[in-house]
Amino acid sequence: MRGADAIVKALEEEGVKTIFGIPGGAIIEVYDALYDSQITHILTRHEQAAVHAADGYARASGKTGVAFTTSGPGATNAVTGLATAYMDSSPIVVLTGQVPRSLIGYDAFQEADITGITMPITKHNYIIHKPEELLPSIKEAFYIASTGRPGPVLIDVPKDITAIDVEYNYPKKVNLPGYKPNLKGHPKQIKRAAQLIMESERPIILAGGGVILSNASDELVKLAETIPAHVVTTLMGKGSIPETHPLCLGFVGMHGSKYANYALTECDLVIAVGTRFSDRTTGNVESFAPYAKIIHIDVDPAEIGKNVRVDVPIVGDAKNVLSSLLKIISYKKRKEWEDRIASWRTKYPLRYRKDDKLRPQYIIERIFEIEPDTIVTTEVGQNQMWAAQYFKTKYPRQFISSGGLGTMGFGFPAAIGAQMAFPEKNVVDVAGDGSFLMNIQELATCVDFNIPVKIAIMNNQFLGMVRQWQELFYKERYSATCLRCKEMRFDKIAEGFGGVGIVVERPSEVDEALKEAFEIRDRPVVIDFRVERLENVYPMVPAGAGLNQIIDGEY
Amino acid sequence: MSNNNKRSKYTISVLVENKPGVLARVSSLFRRRNFNIESLTVGTTDREDISRMTIVVNGDTKMVEQVMKQLNKLIEIIKVSDVTENSVERELVLIKVKATSETRGEIVELANIFRGRVVDVSKDSLIIELTGDEDKIRAFVNLMRQFGIRELARTGKVAMQRGEKIVALNP
Repeated sequence: MRGADAIVKALEEEGVKTIFGIPGGAIIEVYDALYDSQITHILTRHEQAAVHAADGYARASGKTGVAFTTSGPGATNAVTGLATAYMDSSPIVVLTGQVPRSLIGYDAFQEADITGITMPITKHNYIIHKPEELLPSIKEAFYIASTGRPGPVLIDVPKDITAIDVEYNYPKKVNLPGYKPNLKGHPKQIKRAAQLIMESERPIILAGGGVILSNASDELVKLAETIPAHVVTTLMGKGSIPETHPLCLGFVGMHGSKYANYALTECDLVIAVGTRFSDRTTGNVESFAPYAKIIHIDVDPAEIGKNVRVDVPIVGDAKNVLSSLLKIISYKKRKEWEDRIASWRTKYPLRYRKDDKLRPQYIIERIFEIEPDTIVTTEVGQNQMWAAQYFKTKYPRQFISSGGLGTMGFGFPAAIGAQMAFPEKNVVDVAGDGSFLMNIQELATCVDFNIPVKIAIMNNQFLGMVRQWQELFYKERYSATCLRCKEMRFDKIAEGFGGVGIVVERPSEVDEALKEAFEIRDRPVVIDFRVERLENVYPMVPAGAGLNQIIDGEY
Repeated sequence: MSNNNKRSKYTISVLVENKPGVLARVSSLFRRRNFNIESLTVGTTDREDISRMTIVVNGDTKMVEQVMKQLNKLIEIIKVSDVTENSVERELVLIKVKATSETRGEIVELANIFRGRVVDVSKDSLIIELTGDEDKIRAFVNLMRQFGIRELARTGKVAMQRGEKIVALNP
């Protein structure tokens, strides 16, 4: 059969139900084959959005997301999506068309060396040199993307390979002598960890995105309850424990709550699970958890000892390791420490000014209270941090955000992907006006495919987070952060695409607007929340400062 | 993790699948992670599908540990070993040195002392082939300077641990 047909058949065999992408000359044969397939293809309006959508699909469902682009500009447009997925360890497979083999290297029309370009931002990538490499590469790509520490894999297929005849025998097994993720966790180290836990008087669990990726949420909650220990999460770890759980202190780091940051600073033991200790989480590493021993559980050995010192390293899958750990630890009352955390909680709650002004924190609280099961994606900046602070994530994969790369424009297409994975659920993209503009063309995709994603814009007519930094650290010199778009009507833009637009200016209008939006099930809804322009995200740990050096707002 | 964070040179031996692009992956990794690479040599092993890279890196123990772990993450890399200690290290160098009828005899004599070989002779110059460890090569190159080095090519280091230890695929 034709190479293109073999590709589509292989994807069907991998269980792929949805593909996001845009056709073009170099991948036209594959699209021709797709014409006869049951796989749903979502035609996005930009390749970057196709990859973010595949990423959002993967993060929401736990299955590998798939995107198609053509060669050259199609492929280079995928780069931001790949880098985003790479930083957050999201399993996606991106298939790009390439010019025919006879033209590779001659600067042919729409030729780009996409495997060369994406080498540092993919877990692995392939260019198919020979027809017989095609099917094994697809098999390996799905295997590599979803196992060990997950990540994006790119397959670049020259056009002539999609057109010529190949024999269809899809491999059952992969043969990768250099790829053997260690999932078990060394029993001796697990024993040492248990010992440290039993000795500890002030333990804290730091849960990262790895907990969610390995579906270890139940084990994590059990661990917290057994020790018992409070849990702070990274941004990526949000949802690994329900944030309404009495042992959950919410997210930690640059914009984490004071009580989470104090707890992490004062503890005598950090049990870190599936986190890479990013600088946004640790603050200044020199003063990170200064009194604590550190147990680090991660499937990627290279993360252990990379950023912070570690006393007990455990390489393994979080679910496996936590299960083993649970068998050998027992309950120990630590009243003094619990009281201390409780007093921080009462003394330093997350708070914002409650008056008659429209404040973003209130809007996010209401989204949670009205539809607590809604999947929330975020853009990047103030909107993202408010969402992280005030949306009380109930279950894993409910909160989807670009953590590592901090990609503005991610949230909206990611919401499209999440909605495709869960058509019955409500999906809300908490957006900023700046970020939303970076992939606003996807409104067309939503209208085209009846995708009822809600976009809640915290519209302050600023690149808000940069403005906040300029206010606090650059003497209010607002260089190029004012978007000056007071007259711009996001609601009309939404309507122009064929969606629904709502404008909200007062707190009293919030509930009605949200309820109206949640009822619409066949098209996108943009709610333009015209919020307080100079609202800041507090608390805040300045970049490079210790986690206990916290700036707070006035109330 | 060792507390010894002294900067020095490490020699790492890496077995890789012999596929196009592997060298690019390795060099891209070094550049991206800001690792300091001093030399890198590649050649096949007794198995044609497997190549061996010998990489000399400058750095402290923590950096070298990261280098090795990050290399290990590359899918096509099969084995990564630190062979800095207790190994035989060799490099091949070709030196084209100016030679006149007066100096030629002396150059050949020096080459012999270093167990080098003259592999080309012309009216005005000689090419000498020399293998050895870094010190030996440096010493010889310095001796040749007085005659005038016209051209020099070094292969970079290859290394193998002494005795029973092997960096190879299990049979």
